[in-house]
Amino acid sequence: MSFLPYAVAAWLFGVGLWGVVSSRHMVRTIISLAVVQSATYVLLLAIGYRSGGQAPIAADIPPVAKLVDPTVQVLVLTDVVIEATVSALLLALVIQAHKRFGSVDPSDLRPLRD
Amino acid sequence: MSRRARLTLFAIAGPGLAAVLIIGFRGLPAFGDYHDVYGLVVNGVELSMRHATDYVTALNFDVRAFDTLGEEYILFASVLGVTLLLRVMRGEDEEYRAAEHGMSGSSDAVRLAALLLIPSLIALGVYLVIHGALTPGGGFQGGIVLAAAPAAILIAGRYLELKVLCPTRAIEAAEGIGALGYCLLGLGGLIFASVYFKNFLPAGNPGQLLSAGFMPLNSIAVGLEVMGAFLIVWTAFLDQALLVRRRTGEAT
Repeated sequence: MSFLPYAVAAWLFGVGLWGVVSSRHMVRTIISLAVVQSATYVLLLAIGYRSGGQAPIAADIPPVAKLVDPTVQVLVLTDVVIEATVSALLLALVIQAHKRFGSVDPSDLRPLRD
Repeated sequence: MSRRARLTLFAIAGPGLAAVLIIGFRGLPAFGDYHDVYGLVVNGVELSMRHATDYVTALNFDVRAFDTLGEEYILFASVLGVTLLLRVMRGEDEEYRAAEHGMSGSSDAVRLAALLLIPSLIALGVYLVIHGALTPGGGFQGGIVLAAAPAAILIAGRYLELKVLCPTRAIEAAEGIGALGYCLLGLGGLIFASVYFKNFLPAGNPGQLLSAGFMPLNSIAVGLEVMGAFLIVWTAFLDQALLVRRRTGEAT
């Protein structure tokens, strides 16, 4: 089942994207976006995996052990931080949109004037 | 855009996206069969050169320290954005509405649990931050755990006490000092090792707390910044829910 992690990533991406497209509530849209981004975590970690490799932490394993790639794990860490910041900004925008339009349905958004 | 328009657009663009995805996935290495050398080099040199045993943190705060600077300032900028968006607007003022605090009626047992949770979270957070270069952890992970400690007061249903324990000025100062400190550590590399963000401290003994060069300091700076950033964002949202209200009889 060597394609299973990639299939999970693709499935998460598709499910999240469908959530964004079909959403009737902006908070649901943001959560769906987080699901789309979690697909990238799975994909990155799956790419860096080496069969039989251990976590890249040498504190309690012999230095010659086969390790997985730490680069992609750092990228996932960056990815998580970006996701948190994007979600925070979007949720703040939703609060302001709710104050202005009195609705959290993306269909009710109107262009701002003035 | 209406929901129908969105779905129509998705029906048109979806198959194209699926085709591109399939082409992309076909070009990936087979699972478990990764052969890029960059990660192997990092795994090979970080223990011998820097005496760090957590290679993920070593990458984050040494090899890609400059990149982490960008990451940190993304966080900084987004916190700025959230505080700007959620400031008290014209026609609004602040009044505590205890009734809307969903946990305001929490029992004594829950309050005691929250009280016990706070010191344990602080201990865990500090451990994660300062042991980042040795075991799993680091500034980002530990900073969020540290931010969760004062947030435990929320479980006890005492939001205003959270504001007293973590005054806005203090958490803003923590965020600013963390961001500035990380920047200055890079300058230290420029001054003492002639390259921005190059390690300039002795490597120490592998596995000991004071090892891995300047990585523990980087970790502490990032930890402070992340803790401050998350507390600012959380209190900004909670202020909206519990404090800010529209002044009566006034249009916006």
